[in-house]
Amino acid sequence: MVDVAVVGCGVIGAAAAMELARYEVSVAVLERENDVAVGTTKANSAILHAGYDPKPGTLMARLNVRGAALAKEYCEKLDVPYKQCGSLVVAFSEKDEETLRELYGRGVKNGVEGLEIISGDEARRREPELAGTVRAALWAPSAAIVSPWEMCLAFAETAVKNGAELRLNTAVTGLSRGDGFWTVHTDKGYIQARYVINAAGVDSDTVHDMAAPHSFEVKPSRGEYYLLDKSEGTRVNSVIFQCPSEKGKGVLVSPTVHGNLIVGPNAEGSDRHDLATTAGGLEFVKETARLSVPGVDFSKSIRNFAGVRANTGFDDFRIGFAAPGFLDLAGICSPGLTSAPAIAEYAAELLRGAGLELRRKDEFVFFRRRLRFKELSQEEREDLVAMYPEYGRVICRCETVTEGEILACLRTPIPPVSVDGVKRRVNAGMGRCQGGFCAPRVVEILSRELGITPGEVVQDRAGMRLLFNETKGGGENV
Amino acid sequence: MYDLIVVGGGPAGMAAACAAWDAGLRNILIVERDRELGGILNQCIHNGFGLTYFKEELTGPEYAHRFARLLSETGVEVRTDTMVLDVTPDRRVHMTGPETGYRIEEARSVILSMGCRERTRGAIAIPGTRPAGIYTAGAAQRYVNVEGWMPGKRVVILGSGDIGLIMARRMTLEGAKVLACVEVMPYSGGLTRNIVQCLEDFDIPLYLSHTVTDIRGRDRVEQVVVSQVDARRNPIPGTEMVFDCDTLLLSVGLIPENELTERAGIEMDPRTKGAAVYENMETSVPGVFACGNVAHVHDLVDFVTKESQRAGTAAAKYVLEGPAEGKGVPIKNGDGVSYTVPQRVRLQNAGDAFSVFFRVNRIYGKAEIVVEAGGREVCRFKRDRLSPGEMENISVPVKLLGGEPEEIRVFVREA
Repeated sequence: MVDVAVVGCGVIGAAAAMELARYEVSVAVLERENDVAVGTTKANSAILHAGYDPKPGTLMARLNVRGAALAKEYCEKLDVPYKQCGSLVVAFSEKDEETLRELYGRGVKNGVEGLEIISGDEARRREPELAGTVRAALWAPSAAIVSPWEMCLAFAETAVKNGAELRLNTAVTGLSRGDGFWTVHTDKGYIQARYVINAAGVDSDTVHDMAAPHSFEVKPSRGEYYLLDKSEGTRVNSVIFQCPSEKGKGVLVSPTVHGNLIVGPNAEGSDRHDLATTAGGLEFVKETARLSVPGVDFSKSIRNFAGVRANTGFDDFRIGFAAPGFLDLAGICSPGLTSAPAIAEYAAELLRGAGLELRRKDEFVFFRRRLRFKELSQEEREDLVAMYPEYGRVICRCETVTEGEILACLRTPIPPVSVDGVKRRVNAGMGRCQGGFCAPRVVEILSRELGITPGEVVQDRAGMRLLFNETKGGGENV
Repeated sequence: MYDLIVVGGGPAGMAAACAAWDAGLRNILIVERDRELGGILNQCIHNGFGLTYFKEELTGPEYAHRFARLLSETGVEVRTDTMVLDVTPDRRVHMTGPETGYRIEEARSVILSMGCRERTRGAIAIPGTRPAGIYTAGAAQRYVNVEGWMPGKRVVILGSGDIGLIMARRMTLEGAKVLACVEVMPYSGGLTRNIVQCLEDFDIPLYLSHTVTDIRGRDRVEQVVVSQVDARRNPIPGTEMVFDCDTLLLSVGLIPENELTERAGIEMDPRTKGAAVYENMETSVPGVFACGNVAHVHDLVDFVTKESQRAGTAAAKYVLEGPAEGKGVPIKNGDGVSYTVPQRVRLQNAGDAFSVFFRVNRIYGKAEIVVEAGGREVCRFKRDRLSPGEMENISVPVKLLGGEPEEIRVFVREA
């Protein structure tokens, strides 16, 4: 019996687990996939929103603004790539300018600091690549960019370091209520918990229905993106939004913390696990983005991807007890990433209110550092390689990632088991050649370090086999 | 202080270092990121290498071995398992390797011979899901020929670049079924001999003016949709063919790997995506040379060797005799020509004649390559056939130019 079982280890589940790990409670996190951060958490705009979008008075408004502040602090403490670059919402028409004024008003009510409506010329002075058609813009200095999967990883690792148990490859199949506890049935047996947190992302309605009467449905909305080469990474300095519509926050153009340029998303209803990009969707993203930043060079594309928003057709997150001891953290659409730390804080509050005793641990390890060879000074590099030669061997040349960094991530609290798992932790394969050069070497390292054959190494999810069988002569003979 | 540091120990780097040694340089270092010399040749276990240079047919590793042996007879220092991270304009080379650590070495001259990389799915934005089973042809080649593992069983190949064609045959010989090779252009991007020997000999259909318009499958590729394209390369609705396959190989172009070159502030040519070079392969930074696929993508290693030998000899001359003189006359690409290498020629430094390498931008039957200097036709070269998939080269006698023109133009005239 654990005190709390968390279903799902995206950024919401990870944040909740980390928050609870501050206290003297036992926590188990159940994740269907072989790694954390592999759902919506890894495929989104990677923005920490300032908080002028949500309607004042909503839970979303409060958690967004609080979450943005907490995320800044957490990213610093846990060494998550983060940059407060600010955002601009641009207006092309009188109607858009009205929207800016409305967003400004909302932002002020929501407690967002530093908001400012500026002229088109002033916007172009700050962002010379902005289109001449931009008439005005809303400037939000507190908006930031972040590595979303690393944020989730950092939260999950911190939770594990502080005693939470993470069960990967464990899919929840049902919930049944006992006398003051829940039995969580999974494909790997069952676990009993006094409280259950539903952080199942696009499947949060399915998990909700296991414990409580059907009350909402996730209506997935897919967003497609372009990720462009670092040579485009300085096209803009801040996040450039267009005015939001019913469909979402619109197509943005933004630098990423990794130095690339991200452009997207569109918004199309989709199957909840349909992460396909489409020719039409990508074309729409391209054309729409050019309205605000005409000079984006899409021939510098290095990757396309799609993510699914867990929309519920409801104007707020769906957070609250759906059954005794069963807490929904559901319908976490945008700005879910930003809100995650505040959602977690709020979840702890709700659990306390429902009778869970939360006593602070004497010692909570709230510290994480990752060694990034690329960011070291010349002297630091010399010393490091002299001491640990494996940091002298560059595996991913686009991102200058060394074997030492890959070996180190294999010794973290949540070691990767896949090529993409390594990528999420150390950036190997994230560059312009997209793993063309380093993937075979990462496969070799994973095979050696995990004691499995190259044929057993997967690209990402379990089942994503890379290699089928040995050649006639076999690997031994060549 | 080295006389010469060569960045990259593939065919270009090895030939350049050998030539520099032969020209009298003694203090030479080759830095190679892999564990052995040879570069991409090591995974090219098929034959067809060396026909021009050695007048015999060798495999890639054999070709590499010949040069590695020549090198071992010189005093050239080789540092393998070492990656160059930066080259500064004053020729300080930052490098790191597990054996020698992080080091900065100075050199009187530098040769850049880092080769090229493959274009990826992301570069051409193929829509669809993102399952395992999508590889660049070169990565697949490495898995099969170096690691000894098959990356798939039922294969569609997008692009008819030479590596893709070679892999069509290689995968077939290893028991895979190659269903199709799909090329968006109306002609193949590879050598004719590879179309014949790797596709036709194995009854693998080549679909010209077609492209992949969708990828399906969740964990592993399950289907690939191929559509015909119109003259503007847009897919034509209604022409879709669905292939049940587990693998998609991409052979959609090579890009010179010039991160170091750009960071060194060397002038680039957007047409070749390599450094702009003079007749002796010297870049805009004096004493820094570029050769092989890092300068422009070649089809045949034999030409890489010859070009790199010129670079090596020129680096030696630079160190021993001082900088080359003369102002560069620009060589412009005219009708039918996509680019030229070199981009500039210093006639005083060119000797009796200089070579110009280029590709045409479409298929030609009987045609003439025309060289124009100062608005006057100075020489013509007849060809029976010209194809973008095969690099052309001409040797222009300096005396025909009649003095130093403002610019030289190379173009194609249909016969």
